[in-house]
Formats: sequence, C-alpha cells, structure tokens
Amino acid sequence: MSAANGGAANGARRAFRLLIVDDSNVMRRRIERSQQLEDLEVVGAAANGVEALELFARTRPDLVTMDLTMPQMDGIECIEKLVGLNPEVRILVISALADKATAIDAMEKGANGFLNKPFTDRQLNDAIAELIRGR
Amino acid sequence: MLQEQELKTFVEGTTHYFEVAAQQPATVGSPYLVTEGIPTVHEYTGVISISGRREGIVYFTAPKAMLTVLLMKMQENDFSHENMRDLVGEVANTISGNARRDFGNDFVISVPSVLTGERSDPPVIPGARSFVIPINWRSHSAKLVVSLK
Repeated sequence: MSAANGGAANGARRAFRLLIVDDSNVMRRRIERSQQLEDLEVVGAAANGVEALELFARTRPDLVTMDLTMPQMDGIECIEKLVGLNPEVRILVISALADKATAIDAMEKGANGFLNKPFTDRQLNDAIAELIRGR
Repeated sequence: MLQEQELKTFVEGTTHYFEVAAQQPATVGSPYLVTEGIPTVHEYTGVISISGRREGIVYFTAPKAMLTVLLMKMQENDFSHENMRDLVGEVANTISGNARRDFGNDFVISVPSVLTGERSDPPVIPGARSFVIPINWRSHSAKLVVSLK
C-alpha cells in the first residue's frame, strides 16, 4: 500500500511528508521551490545531521533529501541514524561529492537514491518521483 | 603541483556548474599560474580546504553583482548578505566535490568557509602554487583558484 493513499478509510489522499537536509540555505530553499509534485508536503528543513534528527523525530517524514558534507554531523552518519529510527524512510542523497565510492557508501548505509549537484529542477523532480515510486 | 589533467577537472567542473545551475554557460579563460603574491579576490570568496591524498585549498571568488544574478537564475528572491555568503560557499563546495569524480574519495573536502570584502586574504598553503581559472559569465568576472600540494 502506498503512502499516497495511506490506507485512509475515507479514501482521502495523504501527502508524502518531505524533510530537506542541507547546510546551504540557498539549496534548501531551491529544493523546496523546485518540488512540483502533487501529494508532497515539505514538513521541515535542517542545516545539519543533528538538526535533521530532531526534526525527523518531530515531523515523521516519509522522504528525506540529504546533503553529505555538513558541519556537526555529516550526511552518511545521519542516514544510518535515520534508517535506524525508521527503516521505511526513503532517502535521496543530494550531494556535490561525485565519486562512485561515496554513492555506494551512502546506498549501503540506507539511502535509496543519489543526485549530484548541480542539478536542474527536472532532475530533482524526477529523482523525488522515483523515490516516491519506490515506496 | 597540479597536473594539466587535474586542472582540466576544475575547468570542466566550473563550466558544468554554470551550465546546469545557472542555465547559461560561462566562458572559462586560460588558467594561469600565480608567480608572485596571492590572487586578488572579489567581494565574496568561498574557501574549501582539501585534505587526504592532496592538501591545499580551492576557492571561488565573485562580485556581489554576479552572485545576485546567479540567485535570480535560481528563482531566489532573498539577496541578503547571508545568502550571498551561502551561495559563494555552495559554488566552491560543488565544484570541489565534483572533482572527486576524477580525484577519488580520498580527495577530502571541508565545509565551506567564507570571506567577505575585496581586501580579505585567503589562506596561503606553504609549498603549493596557485592556479587561477578566470570565469566570465554574462557581464561578470569571477575566479576559481586552485592551490594544491
């Protein structure tokens, strides 16, 4: 059963809840503006892994976009912790780190997709749509 | 010392950044070696420290006018000093991070630190020589400086 219908008894569609994690305010706002998918609600934005964990517990998102190079707690460590808290969460890494080893590491820690910066709006929307389809 | 192929990685990374993020290609001039002193900077400079297999810094320095237009192209309407600082750091981070495609994951990049003002002095890496990659985008000029041992 997809989160889009959420199994609601009245058949009402429930929006997917998205948490954005990136240490750049410009990037957080860009990701928030770019998402044009129906049934997607941005429930929070965090600037590092520590903030992400706090917001994750409070907002219970279905989807997370995750930067990797961040102060305090990096994205790889945060992915591991988020998956430990909720193995069902779907995580899209959005990072400038373009080497294969990093992508493999992120996926092994529990990420479900990887999008390199810089990206176009279309690439972002396609990547998030793919993340939703995987649920 | 930076090899020609390594320099090409940064030139291509810069070109790619403007093509995708700004949806408008930049013209990248011939890189040159700084033989005396340190390269001059513009109003905003995003600095990435490099460690691991290589040691040094990569920085992107740009005038406020260029960053303002870049923000506009990203549909951003907040042109505050903080967002300028944020963007210049993000550009430096993205170009440096993309370089790992060729340098590998032991090319370790820091989170950005940002300098403001044309009189600011970027860190000097003893024993490293600085290459400047001139960037022209629309009517604006900026630089990427790569200084690696």
